[in-house]
Amino acid sequence: MHDEVILNVSNLRKYFKTTEGIVRAVDGVSFNVRYGETLALVGESGSGKTTTGHVIMGFYSPDDGEIIYKGVYDLSLPMKKRPLELKRDIQIVFQDPGTSLNPKRTVKDIISLPLLVHKTIEKKRIYEKVAELLDYVGLSEEFMFKYPHELGGGEKQLVAIARALAPQPSFIILDESTSALDVSSQAKVLNTLIKIQKELKLTYLLITHDLGVVRNISQRVMIMYLGKIYEEAPTEEFFKSPMHPYTQMLLSSIPTLSEDDEKIKPKGIESVGEIPSAVKPPSGCRFHTRCPFAKPVCSQQEPPDITVNSGHIVRCWLYE
Amino acid sequence: MLLEISDLYVYYRSYWYTLKVLNGVWLRLDRGERVGIIGESGSGKTTLLKSILRILPQNGMIPKGEIRYDGKNILKLSSSELTKIRRREIGMIFQDPMAALNPVFKIRDQLYDILKYKMMIEGHNPSSRELYEEAVKIFSDVRLPDPDRVLESYPFQLSGGMRQRVMIAMALISAGKLLLADEPTTNLDVTIQDQILKLIHRLAAQRNLSTILVSHALGMVYQMTDRVYVLYAGDIMEEARTRDLFSKPKHPYTQLLVASTPRLSSVGVGEGIKGKLPDYHNPPAGCRFAPRCPYVMDKCINTKPRKIQVNREHIVSCYLYD
Amino acid sequence: MGGTSIQEVKFIELEKKIKRENWRRIWFRFKKSKLSILGLSMILVLLFTAIFADYVAPYPSHAGLYIAFKNAYKPPSFEHILGTDMYGRDVFSRIVFGFRYAFMMIGLVLSLVVPTGVILGLIAGYYRGTFIETIIVRLSDIFISLPPLVLALSIASILEPNIFNAMMAVSLMWWPWYVKLTYSMTVSLRNEPFILAAESQGASTLHILFKELLPIQLGTILTKVTLDAGWVILIGAAISFVGLGAQPPTPDLGTMVSEYSKYLPEYWWMSLGPAAGIVLIILAFNLLGDGIRDVFAGE
Repeated sequence: MHDEVILNVSNLRKYFKTTEGIVRAVDGVSFNVRYGETLALVGESGSGKTTTGHVIMGFYSPDDGEIIYKGVYDLSLPMKKRPLELKRDIQIVFQDPGTSLNPKRTVKDIISLPLLVHKTIEKKRIYEKVAELLDYVGLSEEFMFKYPHELGGGEKQLVAIARALAPQPSFIILDESTSALDVSSQAKVLNTLIKIQKELKLTYLLITHDLGVVRNISQRVMIMYLGKIYEEAPTEEFFKSPMHPYTQMLLSSIPTLSEDDEKIKPKGIESVGEIPSAVKPPSGCRFHTRCPFAKPVCSQQEPPDITVNSGHIVRCWLYE
Repeated sequence: MLLEISDLYVYYRSYWYTLKVLNGVWLRLDRGERVGIIGESGSGKTTLLKSILRILPQNGMIPKGEIRYDGKNILKLSSSELTKIRRREIGMIFQDPMAALNPVFKIRDQLYDILKYKMMIEGHNPSSRELYEEAVKIFSDVRLPDPDRVLESYPFQLSGGMRQRVMIAMALISAGKLLLADEPTTNLDVTIQDQILKLIHRLAAQRNLSTILVSHALGMVYQMTDRVYVLYAGDIMEEARTRDLFSKPKHPYTQLLVASTPRLSSVGVGEGIKGKLPDYHNPPAGCRFAPRCPYVMDKCINTKPRKIQVNREHIVSCYLYD
Repeated sequence: MGGTSIQEVKFIELEKKIKRENWRRIWFRFKKSKLSILGLSMILVLLFTAIFADYVAPYPSHAGLYIAFKNAYKPPSFEHILGTDMYGRDVFSRIVFGFRYAFMMIGLVLSLVVPTGVILGLIAGYYRGTFIETIIVRLSDIFISLPPLVLALSIASILEPNIFNAMMAVSLMWWPWYVKLTYSMTVSLRNEPFILAAESQGASTLHILFKELLPIQLGTILTKVTLDAGWVILIGAAISFVGLGAQPPTPDLGTMVSEYSKYLPEYWWMSLGPAAGIVLIILAFNLLGDGIRDVFAGE
């Protein structure tokens, strides 16, 4: 992992027109992803994390801002307009294994699609390559001829990962990739992801709401709330000293399994309220309506970026 | 003992096959106790809850076993006695609020129905004024703001968290003595989940309600229960005080489950559990976990292990301890 | 390194074996319903009859122009199972040839209508929100809004009345239904993650339409095709009945019902034959269609 940046996002905005008004799903988001790291983008529903991932993938065009990949590629182009080598280099693993694999296609068909599209391999070598990829994610070659409905959730997700690996990408977006799995499948998938990251020098953007997963697989964490990033830090630092009140609220709400985990949770702050509408987000700091430490300035002005530590930035008036 | 389930078998029967889901389940629960049932999806947790209320689907049958509730055998009760219990004593929170709330009726209609039935069975016929006041009181109990608006809304007009709270409110109306909660917070944000769990806890304590919380989310069960049962493929594998079960799990399945759960305090997740749930058409003759167990022995495959009291309040069903 | 390695051969064999298994499974599921088997058998028998009409029919020459007034108006007998008509022709033989025309009509109409309708529907659904979608959908809306029989009849009345033009008329009123069917299915599938995944990997539009979207819809389309077969016959018979389709002496079932109905009720056997023939075909296709639907319903 070097310090060079593989993805640079600056001032990204994406709005959606709905019957209730304009939803400001992503409202001024900037961050960098470095080669080889796993950056976790964490938030609850309405935070904009999924939209951010989808804009990077090209399912939508941003309304404002820049996304530069590997220093040269402009990712504000929608998928259709992107060059083929981009479609090879950036992959996504979706949340729901049940709908991310075509039920009428065999595992081999599904995994070999990128191979055929990018002509990375001659047709007759396809079987070998697919078997190799399956083996890589821990599935035996018999899986090749099965249909998705014959597989369990965890297995389907492993197939989705094999599909993402097939074109030899550099960057993979993990869009809540373990959220729909039971604990055992989740463990298998996580271990697989960790293993292959090292071997294949992959960079992951992990989009999730599950902080347990974040702790175990990511090096840096960013917290999103209602379309903006409010805290970012290296993972260990993040869990040791979470600064933003929302982060603390989030951490304190996690149902933990052991005394050790309990100790990590911040005390003295409890979850209150619900996420406000993204059509008319609160003024100033968007969290102020639920924040126990809110001051008058919080509702008037957006908080500045405050560097607490190297790599640890909070956006909160408390730390000015 | 408020609830005592012994040797419960539940099958789903159709013309050409039988799914032998529950395989001799046992469970007991005292007044005011909070019990949890953990196990992966498909283990039979929902089936178990539905058997208690006797709301199994048409093809569900109970060939063997007893469910003693408050001294009576639920399986032998007449339908009028069962109705009384369903309206005033046992309430259930379902996994999916959209499955429990009728999308074409306003909340008010659905809530009033439940209230009315409960009150009528207690012998009095409420006026709409009384119903309204009761509804407002219940909504404030579950911290639902703006009761007038909620009453006038259809389920789809409410957020996920609000729908869940409405469903909890409805379950609490009927839950005079026992509250059954089946994955009450799936799909909810973790901050909302926390609020709802604390709510259930508070209300249950207030009313001295016994609760059975069913979930595959180990952390939630750890926080919210005093005793836990581990259900795998229709068999109870282990029973213990919650703290004990999670800190010193004895059954291989429990150990693997606990090891596979990501922690906040350390890095590294277990390897997961190889294999899948067994086929209920043709379940293993012996221990149902044998095909996936890293410590499997010959006798595990042939005969089901018996209940072994490892120490006070900790019971395992495993030959490793026999 | 040319040629296939031992590894590949193994895989190819395995794949073939599994594909065969899958077909066997589909057949097994189809077999479960006795009625579907009945439908299939009926179709096969009728098809056989249609193809080998010359050999099945006891009096093949009676199918065309043939006159033998001595033999006319004979009721059903051993020599003439369904009797003879007003020109002395064997009704049964004519019906046998009638099946040939019926299948021809089904074949022609459906092979024109189904591919066109399906392809247009896929395109319209995939290119949702564009000009292409609007054109295709509006065009099919226009055709659908016209009462089918009226449309068919008006077209047939403009063109020279013969069986070929009758088939054209039926095709023109039929194609939009397939557009609608595939369009609505495509629209609902268009934004499913597996389609987005294929797009994000750079799959060509052709691949997505025919290898990703179409296979899922095949079951529904096939069911509709088999059920439609019966309807095509019916509409075709209606056109012929009013004289705008096949002209006598062509032994088309609908034409025959029309011609022979003038001789009811004394010479009842004449129109009974072709009418029963029509019912038989429709019934057969319906039973087959139910069977096909059941096979795909389980998925």
